[in-house]
This record gives sequence, C-alpha cells and structure tokens, in this order.
Amino acid sequence: MLRKVYLSVIGLLGASNASADWTLNMPRGVTELSAETYALHMQVFYWCCAIGVLVFGVMIYSLIRHRKSPGAEPATFSHSMKAEVIWTTIPIIILLILVVPSARTLIKLEDTRKPDMTIVATAYQWRWHYRYQGQDVAFYSSLARTSGVARRLDSSIDPFTVENYLLDVDNPLVVPVGRKVRLLLTSNDVVHSWWVPELAIKKDAIPGFMNETWFKADVVGTYRGQCAELCGMDHGYMPIVVKVLEPQAYAAWLASRQPTALQSADTN
Amino acid sequence: MTSAVMDAHHSEEHHGPAKGIRRWLYATNHKDIGTMYLVLSLVMFLTGGAMALVIRSELFQPGLQFIAPNVFNQLTTMHALIMVFGAVMPAFVGLANWMIPMMIGAPDMALPRMNNWSFWILPFAFLMLVATFFMPGGAPAAGWTMYPPLVLQTGDAFPYLIFSVHLLGISSIMGAINIIVTIVNMRAPDMSLLKMPMFVWTWLITAYLLLAVMPVLAGAVTMLLTDQFFGTSFFLAAGGGDPVLFQHIFWFFGHPEVYILILPAFGVISEIIPTFSRKPLFGHDSMVYAASSIAFLSFIVWAHHMFTVGMPLTGQLFFMFSTMLIAVPTGVKLFNWIATMWRGTMTFETPMLFAIAILFLFTIGGFSGIMLAIVPADIQYHDSYFVVAHFHYVLVPGSIFAIMAAVYYWLPKWSGHMYNESLGKLHFWLSAVFVNVTFFPMHFLGLAGMPRRIPDYSTQFADFNSIASVGAIGYGLSQLLFVYVVIQCVRGKGAKATSEVWDNPKGLEWTLPSPAPYHSFEVPPKVSSESAFS
Ligand SMILES: [Cu+2]
Ligand SMILES: [Cu+2]
Repeated sequence: MLRKVYLSVIGLLGASNASADWTLNMPRGVTELSAETYALHMQVFYWCCAIGVLVFGVMIYSLIRHRKSPGAEPATFSHSMKAEVIWTTIPIIILLILVVPSARTLIKLEDTRKPDMTIVATAYQWRWHYRYQGQDVAFYSSLARTSGVARRLDSSIDPFTVENYLLDVDNPLVVPVGRKVRLLLTSNDVVHSWWVPELAIKKDAIPGFMNETWFKADVVGTYRGQCAELCGMDHGYMPIVVKVLEPQAYAAWLASRQPTALQSADTN
Repeated sequence: MTSAVMDAHHSEEHHGPAKGIRRWLYATNHKDIGTMYLVLSLVMFLTGGAMALVIRSELFQPGLQFIAPNVFNQLTTMHALIMVFGAVMPAFVGLANWMIPMMIGAPDMALPRMNNWSFWILPFAFLMLVATFFMPGGAPAAGWTMYPPLVLQTGDAFPYLIFSVHLLGISSIMGAINIIVTIVNMRAPDMSLLKMPMFVWTWLITAYLLLAVMPVLAGAVTMLLTDQFFGTSFFLAAGGGDPVLFQHIFWFFGHPEVYILILPAFGVISEIIPTFSRKPLFGHDSMVYAASSIAFLSFIVWAHHMFTVGMPLTGQLFFMFSTMLIAVPTGVKLFNWIATMWRGTMTFETPMLFAIAILFLFTIGGFSGIMLAIVPADIQYHDSYFVVAHFHYVLVPGSIFAIMAAVYYWLPKWSGHMYNESLGKLHFWLSAVFVNVTFFPMHFLGLAGMPRRIPDYSTQFADFNSIASVGAIGYGLSQLLFVYVVIQCVRGKGAKATSEVWDNPKGLEWTLPSPAPYHSFEVPPKVSSESAFS
C-alpha cells in the first residue's frame, strides 16, 4: 500500500520513471489501417495545435495589449462583414482538407471482402467466446486467474506485482501474421465492444446483430485490449488478448486445439 | 437572498412576498423561483460532485480500495444524471427566471403558476432518483445513456429511474414553454427580436430545443418501461426488436441536449465579455445566426456517438461531414468574442476571468470534438477516457464555469451587495488550475487505451489517474469557497451595489436598482440605443 502511494507521489512530481511503460499518445499499431488511423489522428491534432497557437496567441496579445490603462479609450466597432466571411470560410477549407483522407481510410476500414479467415466472437457477461469458422476450434477467453484474484476488494495483493494486471486472459485469440482476419461480432446478453488499440479496431457486439470488421496484423506479437462498452458489473474485467504468430506456429497451435488433439491431451 | 429581495420593498409596492415557507411553496415570483432553481442546482452540484470524488478516490490507484464494481457503476450513472439534469439544466433555468424578465423589460414570467409547478416537480424527482441507492439491486448502473438490454437488468430502481426521467422531462418542457411565451410576448414594446440581448436569444433557441427533444427522451424511456413490464420488444432482439434503435432515439435527444447545456453558457459570456471589454458585442446578428445553425445542425449529427455500432458506410460518412460542420458556427462565436475583446479596455473581475477561461478551455474541448468527428480516429477514441476528457472540458470549464460567471456577474444585482472580489478571484484561479489537472491527463489515458466506466485499471494507467484524482479533490474543495462567497454576499457582508454594478454595462437589467424590485418592470421601459445590444 505504502509503495503504491509512494509511486503515485512520484508520478505527481512528473518524474514518472517508476512505471516506465505509460504512454501519452495513441499507439501507431501493427496494421496498415492502424498506421493510417494514427496518421489521421496526428494530422488533425497538428491542425488543432496550429489553430490553437494562432487563436490563443491573438487572445493573449489582446488580453495584454487591450487591458484598461489610463487614458485608453475602447474602440466602438461591432460589425465587419469581411471578417465574418473570412472566419467562416477558412474553417470550412480546413475541414475539407481533413475530411478527404478520413473518408478514404473509413472506406478501407469497412471493406471486409475476401478475408483469409473468419472468427466469430460472441460476448458474454463477462468473457469472450471465439469460434474459428471452418475449423473445429472454439473456446472461451476470460480474465486470467492472477488478475482475477488480485482484483478483489479485499485481496491485499499489489496490482503492480501482477503481470499484465487486468489485461491478461486464460485463452488468447490466436491469429497468423499477414492474413486478413474477418471478425464477426455478436453478443449473448448485453452490448459489449471489442477493442484492441494496436489493431485500431473497436466494434460493438450487439445481441441479435452480426457486426463485422477486419484486421491484418503485420507484426508478430501479443496485443491487449478491453471491452469498451459498459456491460454491467464486471465490464472492467473482460480483456481481449490477441496473439499474432508466424504461419507455422499458428498452424501448430490450430492443430493442438482440434478436438482430437485436446482429447488425447486429456487422456495422457 | 430572502432579506435582499425584501429590502427592495418600498411603500409603493402593492404586495410583496408572502412570509415564511409559503413564500417558497406557493412562489409565483420569477425571482423567488429563480432562487429556488439556483439553490437546488447548487445542492445537486455538490451531491454529484461528492459522487465524483468517491469515483476519483477509487481510481486514485489500481486495485479496488473502497467500493465494489457494481457500486462504482451506480455512482458513474448517478453522477452523470445528477450533473446533467440536476446541476446544469436547473441552473440555467434559474438564471433564465431571474434574468429574462429583467433583460426584456417585463414584470415577471408569463406563466407564473406553471413556473411554480415546473420547479416543485424537481425536488421530488431527484429525491426519488437518489432514493434508488437504498433499493434492492441499488441505483441504476447502466450509465446515464441507459442502453438496453443492460438497463433492463436494473433492480427495483428501474421504474423509479424511468419515472424520474419523465418528471424531469415534464419540468423542462414546462420551463421551456414559459420561457418561449415570456420572450415572445412580454418584451418591452420597442425591443425587436434582433435587439434582444444574447442571453435571451440563446435561451429562446435552447427552449425550442428542449421542446423538440424532451418528448423524444420520454418516448424512449417509456419504450424501455413497456419492454420491461408489458411484454413489448422494442429493443429486445429475442422478440424481433433492435437494441441499436434505442441508441438512435437516445442520441436524437442526446445531441441537442449537449447544446441545451452549452447555448445558455454562450449567452452568458456574450453578456459578460462586452461589459468588461467596454465595447459592444461584435457581430450580434451573426451570433444569433450561428447559435441557430448550431441548434439546427444538432438534430442531424446524433449518430456520431455510435460510429462503432456498425452503421452503413454512407451513414458514417454523412454523420462525419455534418458533425464537422458544427465547428464552423462554433468558430464564428469564438472569433466574435475575441473581436469583442479586441481593442477594448479590459478589466479582469471574477466574471470576466471565468469568461476568458471558457474561451480557452471550451476551445480545447472543441478541438477534441473535431478530432472525435474523424471516424477512423473516433473508433480509437470512442468509449475511452479521451471522450471523458472531451465532454468534461465542454461541460465543466464550459457550462459550469459559465454558470459561476453568471452568478458572480448578476449576484450584486440580485442581492444588492458586492461579493468579495479577492475571494472570487481565488476561487477562479483554484478552479481553473484544478480543472486542468483533473481532466487534461484523461486525454492521455484514453489515447493509451483506457476504457471509460471501469472501476479498476491496468498498472500503466496509474500515474495519470492519480494526477486526475488529486485535481478532482482540489477542484471539489475549491467549490466550497464559492458557496462561502455567495453566502457572505447574500447575507449582505459586501459593499452596497449600485444599480449599474459594473462600469457602464449595457442592458435593461442595469437600469433597475440593486437589489432589483420584486416585480421587475411595472411599466415597460424604453429601450434606448445605448441599452440595447445591437
Ligand atoms: Cu463487455
Ligand atoms: Cu453528439
């Protein structure tokens, strides 16, 4: 407990080397579209910065220059058609500059045609179920036991000692690198949302609906996310872990998850 | 404010306020009702704020320390409902009650008895809402957005939630009717529509928004009620219904609601900035057109809250374009305020400080709003702490700051006494600093991947969460200073206020003595060219 307080104090002082893995910005991600999303995010962010510097600059100048000072008389103007036209037109032009690349990325994002494989994800309160279409592979994916124990109100386990606290599952979703994976999403009870920031995918899982989205991970690795739509008591405890493997490793994993393989593993 | 308003009674009054509790229970006077609205709003602000402090304490560090996850969800839900419907909306209605008759040269509101009813519904609605904490299953915990099917899992609180939303809606609709009728019928004879002060204008537009969308909300929650108790399946997939339909209806209410919460704030700062710049409001008419276009656009952008539900591509494109368009009239307003300050002779009393902070901080909320309009980026931001940062930046240093600015600005007119200026400034600086300490780090949390509405989080989010929590405690405690300053002023501890209060402000309210007489204008005043705003 003391250590936690101490860490927080360190964090407050800005010397945040205590937990070094905090980030300030959206991840660039590991798909083509996550990189495009990141670029859009940075583009609109830089526009906002530029506008901010300009507008706040003018304001600060005015606040200093146009203070009440002895002998100063306020101006009396209150209309200017020219100014109104200028500051209506320029924002429209900036918005047009922003909207074109956004629309382009959005169109790609919605193009779920010709996938290499399809996975059906079904949300439950409070875990995920994955079924690999055309394969005999299906499993639940729930919060890892280590986090599950530590998260209790009276656990007295320091979350900093738990690896990937609240972001770890028993059975991760496993996909091959460089393949277009189509994800079909639905829910068994309430609305949930499947979000993995590194894949730049967030899509709601809605009962009675089948939503689709896709990703193609270009880098081998483990990517973590969480349910993003409030889904009840344990909304904070249904993480998503996606493991991206080399094709051979993926094939081996797939074979090990076939019912026959699991059965022989059980009898051993 | 009791003594202050009573003081105003001179021998020529034909009748004054009733004595004791009857004055408030049977109130029909716009000032008394306005006072009650403002007091209720303050109480709800402190209640919702206390909930926020429990939430932020729990989030101070990872791991659960104080409350169970279901209680956490109840607190986030109730915090939002209370702040939106209990703190911000009644505060603006209270300001409208106090100020609109005085600003348009009327004796009172047009429909005083309805005014009484629309106020007195509220305490009961909120008592019922807060009582749900003590019911089996606890308070509503499905978020203030009440999405089905989750909201249908609410315990015994469910029908009380629906009924209190109905009551709040009825109250808002009656308040809106009263404001529209007053503005349309009771203006001083030579005050044409375009001569009206901006606060009156923005409230007129807001009142129409309320009339248009509160019935939509009432319809949506009624459908929830029948789904739960009468066997319908509007939103239940198992019976052929559609859970997403609720989201569409809710946000068709919800987006105009956002502007219901902010347009009166725009009105307030359009009054304050000219006064302390000693210059007329720049582009009065274009401000009116900008507010009207914001109101119109607010009806065709609702699905920008739903980019992840799986809409058709063309739908997403449409809502992206329409949402970005809102930036244009909002920008016009900002630029007009800056042009009002430009080459004025500014002084920085507390109301002006708050107004200037709004220009800076609301603009930051506007920037994150533009970012949220970019659909691919929104897919990352949606339901993350980035959104929490965004809407708190428009609501706290937008609406709440504007309410406080308005109180500082008009309190001398209401009470007849000046507030303590140095304490007011201290309150401003504490609020302005802590509001940023609280909400700015939330941008980073959201971008780093922290979802909203979670009671516990992974360790990499720890630092910014503890900073935000410290900011929240600081902001919350600073508001007690505000309560103190207001109470001291109302008790007559400050210097006597002149009728103008400030340095030659424009507007009819400043032609009345301070404190303002019980019946504002017994005889319609002349609107001279100096006292009108255009
Ligand atoms: Cu969920
Ligand atoms: Cu909206």
